[in-house]
Amino acid sequence: MKILVGMKRVVDFNVRIQVKKDGSGVELAGVKLGLNPFDEIALEEALRIREKGMQAEVIALSIGPADVQQQLRTALAMGADRAVLVETADAVQPLMAARILLEMAKRENADLVILGKQAIDDDCNQTGQMLAALWDRPQATFASAVELKDKTLKVTREVDAGLEVIEVDLPAVVTTDLRLNTPRFVKMPDIMKAKSKPLATVKLAELNVAAAPALEAVSYAAPVPRKGGHKVESVQALVKELHDRGVLS
Amino acid sequence: MQIQRDVMTYDFVVVGAGPAGLAFAIRLKQLAPEKTVCILEKGSQVGAHILSGCVMDPIAMDRLLPDWRKHPPAICVPAAKDEFVLLTKTGRVRLPTPPQMHNRGNFIVSLGSLCAWLATQAEGLGVDVFPGFSAAVPLIEGGKVIGVRCGDMGLQKDGTPGPNFAAGADIHAGVTVLAEGCRGSVSKRLIKEFQLDRDCSPQTYGIGLKELWRVPAGRVQPGLIQHSIGWPLDTKTYGGSFLYHLDQDRVYVGFVAGLDYEDPEFKPFEAFQQFKNHPSVKALLEGGEIQAAGARTIVEGGIQSLPKLEMPGAILIGDAAGTLNVPKIKGVHLAMRSGMLAAKHLTESGTSAGFDARWRTSPCAKELRKVRNIRPGFRWGMWVGLVNAAIETATFGLLPWTLKNHADWSNLKKKGRIENHVDYVERTLPPRDRLASVYFAATSHDEHQPAHLKVSDTNICATKCAEEFDNPCTRFCPANVYEMVEDAGKKRLQINAANCVHCKACDIKDPYEIITWTTPEGGSGPNYQNL
Repeated sequence: MKILVGMKRVVDFNVRIQVKKDGSGVELAGVKLGLNPFDEIALEEALRIREKGMQAEVIALSIGPADVQQQLRTALAMGADRAVLVETADAVQPLMAARILLEMAKRENADLVILGKQAIDDDCNQTGQMLAALWDRPQATFASAVELKDKTLKVTREVDAGLEVIEVDLPAVVTTDLRLNTPRFVKMPDIMKAKSKPLATVKLAELNVAAAPALEAVSYAAPVPRKGGHKVESVQALVKELHDRGVLS
Repeated sequence: MQIQRDVMTYDFVVVGAGPAGLAFAIRLKQLAPEKTVCILEKGSQVGAHILSGCVMDPIAMDRLLPDWRKHPPAICVPAAKDEFVLLTKTGRVRLPTPPQMHNRGNFIVSLGSLCAWLATQAEGLGVDVFPGFSAAVPLIEGGKVIGVRCGDMGLQKDGTPGPNFAAGADIHAGVTVLAEGCRGSVSKRLIKEFQLDRDCSPQTYGIGLKELWRVPAGRVQPGLIQHSIGWPLDTKTYGGSFLYHLDQDRVYVGFVAGLDYEDPEFKPFEAFQQFKNHPSVKALLEGGEIQAAGARTIVEGGIQSLPKLEMPGAILIGDAAGTLNVPKIKGVHLAMRSGMLAAKHLTESGTSAGFDARWRTSPCAKELRKVRNIRPGFRWGMWVGLVNAAIETATFGLLPWTLKNHADWSNLKKKGRIENHVDYVERTLPPRDRLASVYFAATSHDEHQPAHLKVSDTNICATKCAEEFDNPCTRFCPANVYEMVEDAGKKRLQINAANCVHCKACDIKDPYEIITWTTPEGGSGPNYQNL
């Protein structure tokens, strides 16, 4: 079987995000970029399926500028068999990403597409669902456990009320939640091996995908800093203060 | 349990992707492209653990990569004007700028960004750069260094392997090049093991703290370089401040204090924050915001504290040895040049033997010898230090004596022996405290791993140290790693290892020499940007 894993490059989770001075976006100059942590979980799950003895090929796929190759090399070092970069300099919105993934899933004849439930930069949580709809295949989102049996996948989902267990037929789309697994550490010899693994680049223009920016970013702003609290002398003073601020009536 | 380790073999392994290590690897590949070399870097990416002023003398860059000015690194502002001032609590007196501190032709850079830039050049030449992998311990066989062992990943709190355990690889190399920077943990072990410091003074250090600010438009004068001495330090404590004006309304503000300070109550972090609240500095910063912050120790011992630079199978370069020029407040050019000289030496001779003698006859050694007596003169206070510096400068360092250094920890006076000289103001600028500051260092350590700060005898903390020195670790650490907490009526040391910004001050200044800084899991630590 073929497992396609979406890997998005995002601003590293350790970075303190700073909004550009003119409010047009987030400062990216000199900022550390890395793989979206949920996508690392997705890749780890794909590798575990393969390591359980399934005849599986794991393909890491990313969309972005040419230097995203660096992050794809990391995916190869983790254990992906090969990688594909759909190259574009433009920002990619969820619907666009879903259309690209659909095209690539068809090209690769994928049996399973595993994606992070969301990317930590825009927190959209849409791409997986959109892909399933466009592809007209089942989706299993927020997965915290995955079990493969022949052509069906038993997935435990993290839902508001607790855990929900569903079964879906392959091909299907799975999006990963935090508890699904802990991604492995990359080993040094594997970094060296990754250098010679196949990494193909496809120009976005070569794909049969219609560009359709559906969302427009109006402005970016940092959250208003929280004002420091202060101590009051007595309960009466506290009640008065709450009244004055209109919290109590 | 027998741990299976991967073994990788290179002609040369470099520990640390700083200016020295990167210059070494680049020069090596220029001279001998067929040689294999890898660089281990404990930071999550190259530059993540690098913090420096930094006004760079471009001599080394010009020689290493003559075209570098055509595609400069991200932050690179030509020096415009120097100012040297003496601060009092409310005033500011302009002094003549000492000749070593003139910066015409130099550049204000972010050393972190410069190293990231150099790493790209190195990779282009075929160097394997491994960020996120720390060199934990040296490998020694038959009295010779044969390489280093990388730190294990995925250990649990008790030191046993967790579910994601990955054993650190052994890197074997013909010669191991130690370029860890100030107070490197592997270098420290090897200096001791091979007694490299047998014939020199103890190394001495300072602690530097730095912030990157973006201030309201119109205040910054790009290229302006300001240094101060005096307040908030008393005249017995060596140190001073820097303000380096960048472009785009950004400014580097920093403070360095000699770790040979005597007062156990002294707080380097507080001194830095006080400086920022001096009326002349506050006027620049007020209304601005901090973009990044951090701290790192720097070597100050000079040539008389320089250990032997070679041992069988390994060499020391840059500040792992201590090649910084203190009166010039510059180390990058010397670190890079020591790396370049090492590359030349190793390609010509193939062995570490002879590198020490070669460096000591190089122009770098001459540069350090000339200024050797300036920093130690400040042991008698700021005024004597300044007069001594003027004499040493006027006589080109030709006076027939060499002042000795003493270990920083040994200078600490017992509590109550020092009159308190602090004359501080009320602070209004952020950060409020050290924890708020650590936030700007973006430091992260997986909390499940064993604490990487090893205290060999914690009983001393609550008893002897509390009585004699009032636990100075709770004050000299810029990241609030060390705390004395009450537990069932008894005081005990708590180590908040996850806060650590890898400055190494504790390893240096602890008066009982019981704190040892070791490498945490690779990729842990600060994530400095543009520092």
